[in-house]
Amino acid sequence: MTATVPAVQDVLVPDDAPRAAKKQRHWSDYVAPVIGFGGFIGFWYFMAYWGLKHIWGKPGFLITAPHRVINESFIDGKSRKALLSGLYWTARVSVIGLLIAIVIGMTLAIIMSQARWLERSIWPYLVAMQAIPILALVPIIGSIFGFEIPSRIFVCVLIALFPIVSNTLFGLLSAERGQHDLFTLHHVSRWTRLTKLQLPNAMPTIFTGFRIAAGLSVIGAIVGEIFFKRGDKGVGILLDSYRSRAQFPQMYGALILAAALGIAVFIIFGWLNNLVVGRWYESTRKSG
Amino acid sequence: MGDVGAAPALRFDNVSMVFPDGTHALRESTFDVRAGEFVTVVGPSGCGKSTLLRIASGLTKETGGSVHVDDPNVGYVFQDATLLQWRTVEKNIELFAELEGVDKAERARRAAENIALVGLNGFEKKYPKQLSGGMKMRCSLARSLVMDPKIFLFDEPFGALDEITREKLNDELLSLFQRKGFASLFITHSIYEAVFLSTRVLVMSARPGRIVGDFKIPFAYPRSPELRFEPEFAELSGQVSHALRGAHT
Repeated sequence: MTATVPAVQDVLVPDDAPRAAKKQRHWSDYVAPVIGFGGFIGFWYFMAYWGLKHIWGKPGFLITAPHRVINESFIDGKSRKALLSGLYWTARVSVIGLLIAIVIGMTLAIIMSQARWLERSIWPYLVAMQAIPILALVPIIGSIFGFEIPSRIFVCVLIALFPIVSNTLFGLLSAERGQHDLFTLHHVSRWTRLTKLQLPNAMPTIFTGFRIAAGLSVIGAIVGEIFFKRGDKGVGILLDSYRSRAQFPQMYGALILAAALGIAVFIIFGWLNNLVVGRWYESTRKSG
Repeated sequence: MGDVGAAPALRFDNVSMVFPDGTHALRESTFDVRAGEFVTVVGPSGCGKSTLLRIASGLTKETGGSVHVDDPNVGYVFQDATLLQWRTVEKNIELFAELEGVDKAERARRAAENIALVGLNGFEKKYPKQLSGGMKMRCSLARSLVMDPKIFLFDEPFGALDEITREKLNDELLSLFQRKGFASLFITHSIYEAVFLSTRVLVMSARPGRIVGDFKIPFAYPRSPELRFEPEFAELSGQVSHALRGAHT
């Protein structure tokens, strides 16, 4: 392609154009997390060996020191095997639950985005569903889906649905008026408007929704296991049985796995987000 | 220059606009824009200038009078560049052709041609967030040029740009106008921009907007940037400014 209008070229303002953000990291980007982690472990030891006993006068064994948790949960072969297998089942349930919630949630949001009356008639139930204590639904869910994996998945979907619907809907409805005008001028179908304008415009908020939902789905899987105890033992079932048998080191081990699973899904979705919208989306904070 | 005097490309016949909330935006406005004409409307803020364009494009339906557009293929350049952030420069410029069902190869060809025309070579794969304000407007302009419209509507397209970039883009817009011969209806706050670009300047009154002044701008094209410093230019700008001040009260 040759420049047919050379006069135009000299205004091509390299100094007017924003420069590509340099990916330079500051030393604090590395040091701060290390200090944070050190502080956290230090606080843990402090509470285990001194704080709990002297501040609240409670027995210190309620908090197991970090090295003992590692030893008894992850070095010890038997515990490790139980915990890792628990992690597998919980992760599996939460991923399946999340995927179902994504499909249902996005479909609902797209339906709601099409007409105000649809939005107004569906919305109250979603808000209510969010607030309902799942405990009250245990008998009905259990009688329909049984007391094993399907019921746990159901709980995940229930918990993870709301942020997906609300973030997707918000994104779909937030395309600028001027951008809508472009499509109106060309008399496009609803489908074209949805796929070429509203959905791409919504991607950043949709991914925010996915991220929140992913964390909730992990909680849903664990809570679901505590309510529906039959079937394969996930982290939630282990947590509950370690708690009832006062096996505190293993209980904290299970907690660490639950947290790690939450962090893992958070990171995975952050990565997916960067992959899909990172190139074009302008967030207010320049991430390195 | 196209043949002035031909049938109007755009005609407003006693057009009025009252919005559902009772806002009276336009009052019996009558004017036309002919092929090869560059008509600019200046007026106080909120006088219904943008409404004029929305009606001309069909985005808003007038409540009184009638609008005649010769060819429905209308180019519309908005105040904001309204680029789609998730599309590269190239894909943004292809958008209208894509919406009109132009096939892929032809789309790419037209996009490449117009990218060169507005001087965005080398920026084809950039995203809007990587462009300056002036480059975004170029992109927006190229997006409309792809459909080769016979009439162009401009809604204060350069209002948000700095003086230098604005003047530069004015020069380029005129060279495009000469080359393509489209009819233009341009809206601006800037009297100097209006006089520099136009064959005719219309002055609108405060809301409800009405055409209260009509100035022929006799300077021949191509117009040199130096025209802005000629005494006749200052004289005409003064007359428009005077009419505009009258329109404010």
